[in-house]
Amino acid sequence: MEKTEALGLLTDRVAKFTAMIGKRLPDDVTAKLKELRDEESMPMAKMIYEAMERNQEQAVALNRPSCQDTGMIQMFVRVGSKFPYIDALAEVLKDAVAIATKEGPLRHNAVETFDEVNTGTNTGTKAPWLYWDILPDSDRLELDIYMAGGGCSLPGQGKTLMPGEGYEGVVKFVLDIMTSYGLNACPPLLVGIGIGTSIDSAAYMSKVALMRPVGSRNANPKAAQLEKDLISAIDSIGLGPQGLQGKKSVMGVHIENSARHPSVISVAVNVGCWAHRRGTIVFNSDLSYELITHKGVKL
Amino acid sequence: MSKILNTPVSDEDLKDIRIGDVIYLNGHIVTCRDVAHRRLIEYGRELPVDIQGGAIFHAGPIVRKVEGEEKKFEMVSIGPTTSMRMEKFEKEFIEKTGVKVIVGKGGMGPNTEMGCRENKAIHCVFPAGCAVIAATEVEKIEGAYWQDLGMPETLWVCHVKEFGPLIVSIDAEGNNLFEQNKVLFNKRKDEALEELYTKVKFIK
Ligand code: SF4
Repeated sequence: MEKTEALGLLTDRVAKFTAMIGKRLPDDVTAKLKELRDEESMPMAKMIYEAMERNQEQAVALNRPSCQDTGMIQMFVRVGSKFPYIDALAEVLKDAVAIATKEGPLRHNAVETFDEVNTGTNTGTKAPWLYWDILPDSDRLELDIYMAGGGCSLPGQGKTLMPGEGYEGVVKFVLDIMTSYGLNACPPLLVGIGIGTSIDSAAYMSKVALMRPVGSRNANPKAAQLEKDLISAIDSIGLGPQGLQGKKSVMGVHIENSARHPSVISVAVNVGCWAHRRGTIVFNSDLSYELITHKGVKL
Repeated sequence: MSKILNTPVSDEDLKDIRIGDVIYLNGHIVTCRDVAHRRLIEYGRELPVDIQGGAIFHAGPIVRKVEGEEKKFEMVSIGPTTSMRMEKFEKEFIEKTGVKVIVGKGGMGPNTEMGCRENKAIHCVFPAGCAVIAATEVEKIEGAYWQDLGMPETLWVCHVKEFGPLIVSIDAEGNNLFEQNKVLFNKRKDEALEELYTKVKFIK
């Protein structure tokens, strides 16, 4: 394949994948919502879960974005040091978002700060927002794409605590967000928590946590236990779908952690709404691909 | 209880509707959000469409022009936006316009409660994120006013059939579902925290 032709193909595939994410939830989220619906006993909550399910079916049938807020696009890029298109990748990803915006269609959400104008393409200064990671000795590209909606970005917060406040301060910080902002962020939520040394690392990890498959557990047994304890605790509040009460509140709680300075413990929270539109695609060097989160879907 | 309301809605129609009820709407609903509220209340302009006895939707839709036809539009995707942003204006808005049904996302505050009680109106929640369902319940877009505000803020006059489910969050007596839930949620949160504190003694 010619290089220009290959770059065109890569751009096209990323664009199609991005547009598709706005119309179909990933398999794990769909399965979790179904489980929550089946477990629900309150009639209103059940009715809302059923409406959600119908909405997702219609979105696919009519080929339309399932929620009108298709968010700001954020990507986690893990690129092999030997992936042949590494040099052009940043540009490819930006172009792909502009194309997806037109063809999706995606709502125009990128507003330039200070100038306060909507670019109309969902691209702009540092938009799409990209996180980079290098895969040593690999010729593949792994891409997580996420639509960060307004409603579900709003609860995002972080705080650096003194160690005296301990993990008690951490869990209080998380639960307070659930009953204040979380309520309006379209529960059942996926709760991403970062715990580490400074506010930036905690914030980053809280978003990484949202890219994990729903229900996956932290490798550290104590952190994994806290994930489970937090699920029970937040579920016991009974936010229900749309914050209108129900048996459960969350789709999951994911914690990512790093070592910390002895004098501080930073915590950050990011939430995903029920319409958690995230997708993972893996490209080989010949640009053949595999959809990790959306099995069986054709681009 | 599940009930169908037809616009224009009368005080009588709202008499037996309580928070937590589920209703559906037949007739007209007009999208109306931040700037439209501001124009009416802060700048004293008249709404270009009569919504006496009518319904408004706090929403910014994706609308498509019907190809080849003048002034014809189709609803692609429409979902509620956070109602609380309109809290500041809503009481006066209800008084001035005579609107009876306000649809949005999340709860509203004491101002709206008062507006609903004094003028007999209700606030309802449409399940957010269900934008395709809402769009397919719009049978026709019958008008578009204040298009200078851009697609999300234009007043789109929608003819709807069994538009819903709409969950009543403030009734015409001023009862507020979200406020009641908040008290309950906070109480449960405090209990959950007491138990969690015993499980997180990692720093010894
Ligand atoms: S929080 Fe999510 S589901 Fe709710 S309106 Fe925003 S993007 Fe849509």
